[in-house]
Amino acid sequence: MSTVVLLIVTGLGLGALYFLIASGLSLIFGLMDVLNFAHGAFLALGAYGTWWAANFLPGAGPDGAGFLLALVFGVAAGTLAATLVELCVIRPLYGRHREQILATVGLSLATPALLQAVWGADPLTFPKPDLVRGTVEVLGANIPRDRLLLILAAVALFTALWLFNSRTRYGLIVRAGVQDRAMVTALGIDVRKSFTLVFAIGGAAAALAGALGGLYYGVVTPTQGMSLLIFAFIVVVIGGTTSLTGCAIASVTVALVQQFANYYTVAGLGDIAVVIVLALVLLTRQGGLAAKKSAERVA
Amino acid sequence: MITETEPRATAPDDDTAPPAPSARRRIPRWAGPVAVLVVLATLPFSTLTVPGLFEGALNSPATLHLLAFCLVFGGLATSYDLLYGRVGLLSFGHALYFACGAYTAALLMRMLELPLLWAALVSVLAGTLLSLLLGAVALRVNGIAMAMVTLAFAQAGSILVARDPGRVTGGEEGLSLDTAVVPDAFVGVMNTVNLYWAAVAYAAVATVVVWWLSASPVGRVWQGIRANEQRVAVLGVNPYPYKLAAFTVGGGLASLGGVVYLLVTGGVTPTITTAEFTLTLLVMVALGGAGSRWGAVLGAGLYTYAEHRLRQSGGEAFSALPDWIAAPLSQPLFILGTLFVLMVFFFPGGLTALPGRVRSALRDRRTAHE
Repeated sequence: MSTVVLLIVTGLGLGALYFLIASGLSLIFGLMDVLNFAHGAFLALGAYGTWWAANFLPGAGPDGAGFLLALVFGVAAGTLAATLVELCVIRPLYGRHREQILATVGLSLATPALLQAVWGADPLTFPKPDLVRGTVEVLGANIPRDRLLLILAAVALFTALWLFNSRTRYGLIVRAGVQDRAMVTALGIDVRKSFTLVFAIGGAAAALAGALGGLYYGVVTPTQGMSLLIFAFIVVVIGGTTSLTGCAIASVTVALVQQFANYYTVAGLGDIAVVIVLALVLLTRQGGLAAKKSAERVA
Repeated sequence: MITETEPRATAPDDDTAPPAPSARRRIPRWAGPVAVLVVLATLPFSTLTVPGLFEGALNSPATLHLLAFCLVFGGLATSYDLLYGRVGLLSFGHALYFACGAYTAALLMRMLELPLLWAALVSVLAGTLLSLLLGAVALRVNGIAMAMVTLAFAQAGSILVARDPGRVTGGEEGLSLDTAVVPDAFVGVMNTVNLYWAAVAYAAVATVVVWWLSASPVGRVWQGIRANEQRVAVLGVNPYPYKLAAFTVGGGLASLGGVVYLLVTGGVTPTITTAEFTLTLLVMVALGGAGSRWGAVLGAGLYTYAEHRLRQSGGEAFSALPDWIAAPLSQPLFILGTLFVLMVFFFPGGLTALPGRVRSALRDRRTAHE
């Protein structure tokens, strides 16, 4: 029993990490049709930004309020990078989806190389505040505290995004843009402003995921973003781009399947089981939600 | 596609043009490729040194090895271009079929001690079947979703290789080529020239297959799918089998490339299974010019050469610069990635589109002056 509880909670923690990455990806993909390979770069920037601030920024530190400041610094770095990428790289290429993807591919290759040049290829030990050290007992299982922090962060992001989507004017424009961009433009609303906004939100969420992923794995490496990004892509395909809830459910499902299969079968099989789930979803649901949508878009 | 662009490129633009283009038209269309092939095949007999470009003479093992690398990637990029440039399928899983060819061949030679020819045959067959099977699933969806599905499949393969089930794939270390089974002609530094010829043969096979298929009736449908898939469907042609055919042929050619790669490098490592590897293929094709005659080979050759030389110099060339500039410049991927982003902005269409752009720019200027 305690094993099952442990697997569920750690699975939820991993799902929270996926949600932090996939929510931004699916917003960007849904609104702008950009498959953002640079998302992994924002994640890595967030992780390295937090690590650097915790070690070198005056006022910040590896623990307590200092760590919170470091986290804010990392998220700010990711947000800034995402905004700059949207303004300088994506914006001049509006309407040319292939080129947009190619440009983000170039960034996704260059950024880890840059990080490696500055901080080296070796994994760096990530600071761990006392608050998330150790374990908590839940229903007889010893749960690592950082998993709980991840779940908390994902719930907070979900609530914030939900409030943003349903209560603010910009959220309304973003939702309408995801459904029918041409119509929103025809109504005289400049959708482009919300493009930048969505990129900034996605970058912030990814940077947060990077920093919390640093806590989860204990280390940061320049290429960490890419492997997480691939699972986030899978989540986006399964969950579709139309709803935040779909994204959250898909994140949790993928993570739970992965955790349980990894524990009860051979390690590594869980990752492959996720791909099988993806294939099944595509075969039975006529291509999942995201696919149907992109087919309509092309038309 | 070829037949339509070629006459336009060679036809004289106006009456004042020199008579050279009409003289050029008398040369048969196959002359250019054959000349390139002859030059490539006879290159090892030349003792010429090209200072600055290659370190040794052209027939020195180091130079031939580098050229063989460029050609293997040229062939591989051509097989990727079949999907990306000719049919318009964006696949992020091409590394899987390449790795399937290389790993299957290495394993067959190592465990069953099959001779090279049989191992190559079986692994190409395996790679083709795998791409047929996975393509059949992935092509049920379109566009970006298909790209992500191919990415997911390739990632599963990459994880499988890295996790090393049953200590078969060698994990992070990879596998080395079992030299006992390989014919002596492909072993040793002295025989680098044979490896080079194998690479030339592979690049030629990949290029000829892609050109020939693109010029065939199937190629016409591919061209239509790339331009407007819905229209093809409306005209009564089901695009699915055509796309699957391209996917399968591309996968088969890639797995053949994997076998040649195994011979040239003398082993395989998991780096060729990663998503980054497929992304570099995409960069190569886009660099040369997707869907063009020479683009993929040219882009792959240049990219491989540049990466090799940058890695070799290890940033020594930039040691005179201040540290904060020199450190990023010592990373080949940083330079190549940044250059690629700039290229997407300033030279869309790649290197092969460049002469046409320059020509039209010059013509515009001339008409502006008159």
